[in-house]
Amino acid sequence: MYEFNYHRPASLDEAKRILSGNDEAKLLGGGMTLLPTMKMRLAQPSDLVDLSAIASLSGIEVAGDSITIGAMTTHAQVAASAEVSSRIAALSVLASGIGDAQVRNRGTIGGSVANSDPAADYPAAVLGLNATVITDEREIAADDFFTGMFETALGPQEILTAIRFPLPKRAGYAKFPNPASRYAVAGVMVAETGNGVRVAVTGAGANAYRVSEMESALSANFSASALDGLAVDASELNGDLHASPEYRAHLVVVMAKRAVAAAGG
Amino acid sequence: MPSTVSFTLNGEPVSAEVSSRTLLVDMIREQLGRTGTHVGCDTSQCGACVIHVDGVSVKSCTMLALQADGADVVTIEGVARNGELHPMQAAFREHHGLQCGFCTPGMIMSALDLLQTNPDPSEGEVREWLEGNLCRCTGYQNIVKAVLSAAATMRG
Repeated sequence: MYEFNYHRPASLDEAKRILSGNDEAKLLGGGMTLLPTMKMRLAQPSDLVDLSAIASLSGIEVAGDSITIGAMTTHAQVAASAEVSSRIAALSVLASGIGDAQVRNRGTIGGSVANSDPAADYPAAVLGLNATVITDEREIAADDFFTGMFETALGPQEILTAIRFPLPKRAGYAKFPNPASRYAVAGVMVAETGNGVRVAVTGAGANAYRVSEMESALSANFSASALDGLAVDASELNGDLHASPEYRAHLVVVMAKRAVAAAGG
Repeated sequence: MPSTVSFTLNGEPVSAEVSSRTLLVDMIREQLGRTGTHVGCDTSQCGACVIHVDGVSVKSCTMLALQADGADVVTIEGVARNGELHPMQAAFREHHGLQCGFCTPGMIMSALDLLQTNPDPSEGEVREWLEGNLCRCTGYQNIVKAVLSAAATMRG
């Protein structure tokens, strides 16, 4: 790991001051991706701004029709929350399946979403549940947030502060985990929301994306059999040593069916 | 640029000068001399470096020493009491839950975290919880036995 300057600001304003005019600074959430990346010298930030001392960034808040989760809330905290599991069970299932216990104790929802790793779980939840990404500057709709592999709509000085999930009528998540890392080879969140059915895929493409053919089929008939015979085009999907694009295309359909079943469809 | 990090290690206040990139496990082993916490893979996969920070298990090879400033840190050296093995340590010895022993400190620290939230886990829950701890000797059978036995002892 290369040297850097470490900061642990106590407020968002202070974090913002450190970031401003410092193009090579990086925000540090739980560090479960950033620190390994730095250890391999694949990243060389000049400054790390550790957000862990900003109390307002952690916690789970329930309102009438939504749950808002602070950016620094860990996967373990989301997985253990009775408020989350009783309202959006699919989100609990997703959080409890990320990495291993120690990764879930450190890794944060904000870090995961801001990183837009193509194989991370949370992007499928944000997009599938039609969440809103809240920053220190604005609110960003899930459909506008993930823009590419490790790319999002966040500006260079913008700080993701929370994510607001509207309560779905029903939702389910299923993933085919890489057996070593537990990253999603393919993962699918299916949700019936106030504005129709949404199907979001992670692990298969450059970033999380929706599948409109599946959404139409499930709108007409919310059951796994509605996806019978539906094929996913492999041409834009990821291929690596773990799975070919064609295999991922197959897995997307299988995981979508399992997610529908998990949602009670 | 060196900075001072201070935290509580196994109940005692400690501090050391570290650089920004010093990993918590390296500070604990090399600067504080507590070598019970091991470095196996150094890539957050094997779990030999698991310790507790503020009450939960973490991989100390994937945490900066600076991130632990002010924290309550417990390593394998802090588990025994008054010269008596902790029930989890005793169960690993009793059930032969180790062969070479390299993974054992991490296994024990991870298993203790499980029992904090789930004092009566099923065999499946133990196996699932320990997925972040690799053992290349035992095949896990006796490790799982040891954890289940310790859980029973600790429930009383």
